[in-house]
Amino acid sequence: MKHLRSISELGVDGIVRILGLANHMAEVNRRPVPKVPALNGRTIVSLFFEDSTRTRISFETAAKRLSADTMTFSVSTSSVNKGESLKDTIETVSAMGVAAFVVRHKTSGVPWLLSEWTDASIINAGDGWHQHPTQALLDSFTIMSTLGRAPSSDCLQGLTIGIVGDIRHSRVARSDIQAFTALGAKVVVVAPRTLLPPEVEGWPVAISSSLDDVIGELDVLYMLRMQRERMSEALVPHLGEYSARYGLDDRRAKMLPEHALLMHPGPMNRGVEMLIDPASMPNNMITQQVANGVSVRMAVLFDVLGGAETGAGAVS
Amino acid sequence: MKEVRLINIRGGRILDETTDVQGRLADIHIAGGVITEIVDTGSKLPKADIELDATNCFVSPGFVDLHVHLREPGREESETIETGSRAAALGGFTAVVAMPNTEPSQDSRIVVEFVRAQGVRAGLCEVLPSGCITVGRAGQALAPYGELRDAGVTLFTDDGNGVQDPLLMRRALEYARDLDITLAQHCEVSSLTVGAVMHEGSCCSHLGLPGWPAIAEELMVHRDIELVRLTGSRIHFLHLSTERSVEMVRRAKAEGLPITAEATPHHFTLTDEALRSFDPVFKVNPPLRTPSDIAALKEGLRDGTIDAIATDHAPHASHLKEQPLDQAPPGMLGLETALALSLTELKMDVQAVVAALSWKPARIAGVGDRHGRPVAVGESANLAIFDPTCEWVVDREVVASKSKNTPYHGRTVRGKVRHTVFSGQVVVRDGVAQR
Repeated sequence: MKHLRSISELGVDGIVRILGLANHMAEVNRRPVPKVPALNGRTIVSLFFEDSTRTRISFETAAKRLSADTMTFSVSTSSVNKGESLKDTIETVSAMGVAAFVVRHKTSGVPWLLSEWTDASIINAGDGWHQHPTQALLDSFTIMSTLGRAPSSDCLQGLTIGIVGDIRHSRVARSDIQAFTALGAKVVVVAPRTLLPPEVEGWPVAISSSLDDVIGELDVLYMLRMQRERMSEALVPHLGEYSARYGLDDRRAKMLPEHALLMHPGPMNRGVEMLIDPASMPNNMITQQVANGVSVRMAVLFDVLGGAETGAGAVS
Repeated sequence: MKEVRLINIRGGRILDETTDVQGRLADIHIAGGVITEIVDTGSKLPKADIELDATNCFVSPGFVDLHVHLREPGREESETIETGSRAAALGGFTAVVAMPNTEPSQDSRIVVEFVRAQGVRAGLCEVLPSGCITVGRAGQALAPYGELRDAGVTLFTDDGNGVQDPLLMRRALEYARDLDITLAQHCEVSSLTVGAVMHEGSCCSHLGLPGWPAIAEELMVHRDIELVRLTGSRIHFLHLSTERSVEMVRRAKAEGLPITAEATPHHFTLTDEALRSFDPVFKVNPPLRTPSDIAALKEGLRDGTIDAIATDHAPHASHLKEQPLDQAPPGMLGLETALALSLTELKMDVQAVVAALSWKPARIAGVGDRHGRPVAVGESANLAIFDPTCEWVVDREVVASKSKNTPYHGRTVRGKVRHTVFSGQVVVRDGVAQR
């Protein structure tokens, strides 16, 4: 695999391959010295045009555990602020000898543009509202491994996963829906119409505007972050109404089946979508998602940069 | 280029408003910018300085594009009036209406006279400056229509922006009425399209891009139809893109309201699916829509609901267009491919295509006295001579436009302009611009 730009480009076989590799990487991460030489001498550049601390650190940790050299291209201190175009930026940095770029950008499609302009691999760390494929992979991995299942094209079979919140503006939702349904899960999206994408009826999901109606049926409750900016766009009346209808409070926590997993991509908006302390929930996966993120991103980097030459044996 | 006074065109078929759909084989002699003789093919013609072979070609009145962006003054990195005029001539156009979103805008006599003068200097086609509906296209105050009309402007538009305020649009139509000018609306309710980069539908939903809903166009089409009914003024709708817009215009015309409309080749040949590549060359305003919209535009052109094919030729330099989709400016080239795309895609007879490219838009632009005229003795020699069956491959590397943002690179199309005669001068000969 040359690039990881979207879950649909990766395909179900690719998802299963990454989940398998992530199992190996999780084993590496349990070692006293969690580091292997798989990507020794390869340079990976984080190109973050939109602020993100956790995703960037997760990728850089993953790269370092594979012994790659990492650099961060910080937009705030770079030539981009002097008016350099995206194309000139990527061509300039590529000329220094880069194996892969980990890219986040506020605009959908930027990873596809960049891959026209560089020979390096492009790993999408979030483009606009479009895709965040490593998030979907780590979410799938988290559910699969928590349930003790092995990587396969039906490893989420039989599960009903509710994704609650701002689906319209969410790259996490778009990626998760593709990955979860590819692995056999049923997905129900829960949001007011204003926070659903146009023509969502064509998506392979069930749709509900009432969390109360569906919460009792869920095997996974996946809460999305509700951004405060949405209020100014007349998408919801105010945060209080949103919280009352879609927030996870004590009453709804009791309606959730006991076995159900609670997930969130972070950062959480406490008091908005999360009205309880998630740590009080028996199956709170939120910290585990972050931990698994490193293993999954190691798997992705290895698959993109090292897989073809060395095979999975290099990390065993 | 030295002044050529005498031209013979031999072997072609005259196709104009007065001929039947097959056209009529004839040879033509032009002297002093005027058609002076038309004879049976192969008959004797006076001696000429230039002989144009029109075998297998139609000889029609030159085309008139109601909608081009020539970028001068202000954005000469993307196009100049000279390079845009050359693209026009190669596309068979002998007149183009230059949109007013220049820098500065075409809202004063001095700017429109500059644009016209640059067109004359280029000498490749007649450049007709449009005027703004509002000062600076800002939607706040009426532009000086009288001053601009006295400078020869007949079409007024804020293209790129729709006039949002219904009161201002009402006043504009009222004020325009007695000046015998035409207002042309870019129909877009802007509060519904904030940040939009493509058609709002299943494709945009999947790609996570902000959508430009059809209703944003249709609401303004509807409003303006009602304002025309109220004021009795004329309106022309620019680049209609949706099925319901076409239907509203069809009904309004059936009522006899003084409304005209245009459609662009890209809106009847490309869909929003093209954006799956995320290539900004496919970003255009209004956006590429769906197969059912394409079908409606084609039907509108066939039944005359849509009067004209206009290109919305919108050159952008590579460094502007090769940006993330939200930053890349909307627009695509059109002048050099309009005829071929229309002949290839519309399934209309050639005469009907030429009507939509020539005499119908000539009248809307107010230049029906010299463009879109029958090919007849005594008429000005503004002619397009084209082979309707010639197949060719669009190549962005060889366009005459200063920019390369054609969405058709690599596409095989049918129909090619062979010669263009503008004001009695051969400006394109055998597909090559002569100046």
